[in-house]
Amino acid sequence: MSSYASNKLMTLREAIARFVHDGDTVYCAGFTHLIPFAAGHEIIRQRRRDLVLARATPDLIYDQMVAAGCARKLIFSWGGNPGVGMLRAVRTAVESGRLEIEEYSHFAMITRLTAGAAGLPFLPMRPTGNDLPRVNPQYRTVRCPYTGMDLTTVPALNPDVAIIHAQRADAQGNTQIWGVIGEQREAAFAAKRVIVTVEEIVPSEVIRSDPNRTLIPDFIISAVVHEPYAAHPSYTQGYYDRDNPFYLAWDQLTAEPGGLERYLEEWVYGVPDRRTYWEKLGPEVHARLAVQPAYSQPVNYGRFD
Amino acid sequence: MEGYTSSEMMVVAAARLLRDGEVVFVGIGQPNLACNLARRRHAPNLNLIYEAGIIGAQPARLPLSIGDPCLVSGAAAVCSMYEIFAFYLQNGRIDVGFLGGAQIDRYGNINATVIGDYAKPRVRLPGSGGAAEIAAWAHRVLLLTPHQPRRFPERCDFITAAGYLRGRHERQAAGLRGDGPVAVVTDLGILAPDDSGELVLIALHPGATLEQARANTGWPLRAAPDLRTTEPPTAEELRLLREELDPQRIYLKG
Repeated sequence: MSSYASNKLMTLREAIARFVHDGDTVYCAGFTHLIPFAAGHEIIRQRRRDLVLARATPDLIYDQMVAAGCARKLIFSWGGNPGVGMLRAVRTAVESGRLEIEEYSHFAMITRLTAGAAGLPFLPMRPTGNDLPRVNPQYRTVRCPYTGMDLTTVPALNPDVAIIHAQRADAQGNTQIWGVIGEQREAAFAAKRVIVTVEEIVPSEVIRSDPNRTLIPDFIISAVVHEPYAAHPSYTQGYYDRDNPFYLAWDQLTAEPGGLERYLEEWVYGVPDRRTYWEKLGPEVHARLAVQPAYSQPVNYGRFD
Repeated sequence: MEGYTSSEMMVVAAARLLRDGEVVFVGIGQPNLACNLARRRHAPNLNLIYEAGIIGAQPARLPLSIGDPCLVSGAAAVCSMYEIFAFYLQNGRIDVGFLGGAQIDRYGNINATVIGDYAKPRVRLPGSGGAAEIAAWAHRVLLLTPHQPRRFPERCDFITAAGYLRGRHERQAAGLRGDGPVAVVTDLGILAPDDSGELVLIALHPGATLEQARANTGWPLRAAPDLRTTEPPTAEELRLLREELDPQRIYLKG
């Protein structure tokens, strides 16, 4: 049955207004790849407050959302600007006591989501001998009933809303992702509501010609948004490259007094949507991020009609 | 030093510690250069695995982030983050893990979290990422870091990733896998654990002295009885690094 199908396609403005509320725990998924920046910017524009922002790598998206005053707490496992240095807005907010933190290692963070996705209260991990359990009481231990081994546990993470960016989906929300698949599927299945933004809306026949590439099926998805370039300055495999110069520039921009505020004013509050943002980046940036195609070979699923 | 930088010496020394056919969990920056140098030299069958869930990567350019798209194109497989940590690291499928860190202490423990107290840190660092699991579950761990006193304290302010904790027996008792941090490559030489797990100097790079290494280490650094001198980089190693692997010298300065 697809009675839920046709009303899921909407604008990003509508999706954020309907599915992201003040005080929500939000998981913007994507490990380096497919980070949903357009959705982050729309959350800033709609001035959401008191969010608990969860992500393995807060990246620039949470630096921007923290700078804009959207967050009261950050749950994370690596809080830097990848390959560059630090996240200054996050650091300033933590140091001034405006932002609470809850810290894990990557595996513990992803294990929390996996437990959430699997409907379990917690999952065990082998011990790592580090000091994080000393400072984060969410780490506990359990004795294995089969071997007697002491295992480390972390509780399920079930975000109120997960936001996923993907290469393509059909209008019903069957979502295909390739390249780095990070924690998108775990985040979607763990969350109560799921917003997916995509580079392309394609006919269902395209999705159904290659079902192994579908990471998230339609009935898990709350909203489908056609939003090309929604991941910039992150990237979408096969569509556009990671904007490494932007990540480098962010470090300098946020080091200047008022730099963050000026950025938000010009590039977030100052543009109505992602299309305007992308046009504003201009042809030089578009050319720099263009990628040459490298197609996979088709596979044969067989016909049975 | 003559004709090469200390970064080049570090990368070359680290590359030589890798063996052909090994499965290596690669980090970005100098570890990435070391692995790709080894793959082009003595270890053509080195299997490069990146934290983003990429197996058998053959990057055509220098990746600037751990999830760079160039790592995916041409790779043997891509998997989820849960799988890379659970099926590969936790299950003992990784031979070698590469790590850096703001602090490395006498027993090879790594701090990448805070300098000072956790609740009121003097310096807040990015945190573990995958370091905790790489250090605990790879069969052996190689560390790469410049040799400076603030980076080599007697004891880390915070253990982000376990070496030998307070001695080799403690690593075993904690239920961790493998041989732990078997080598620390610095710009002055190479440190390796003795029987107790304490890091001692086993090699000096050409031009570096024992006194220099001691002056830049936060504990009374001992030299191994058979302290050796590292072979300098060969012309071919330098050519590969400079012309193919990091032509813009992003990770080879200084």
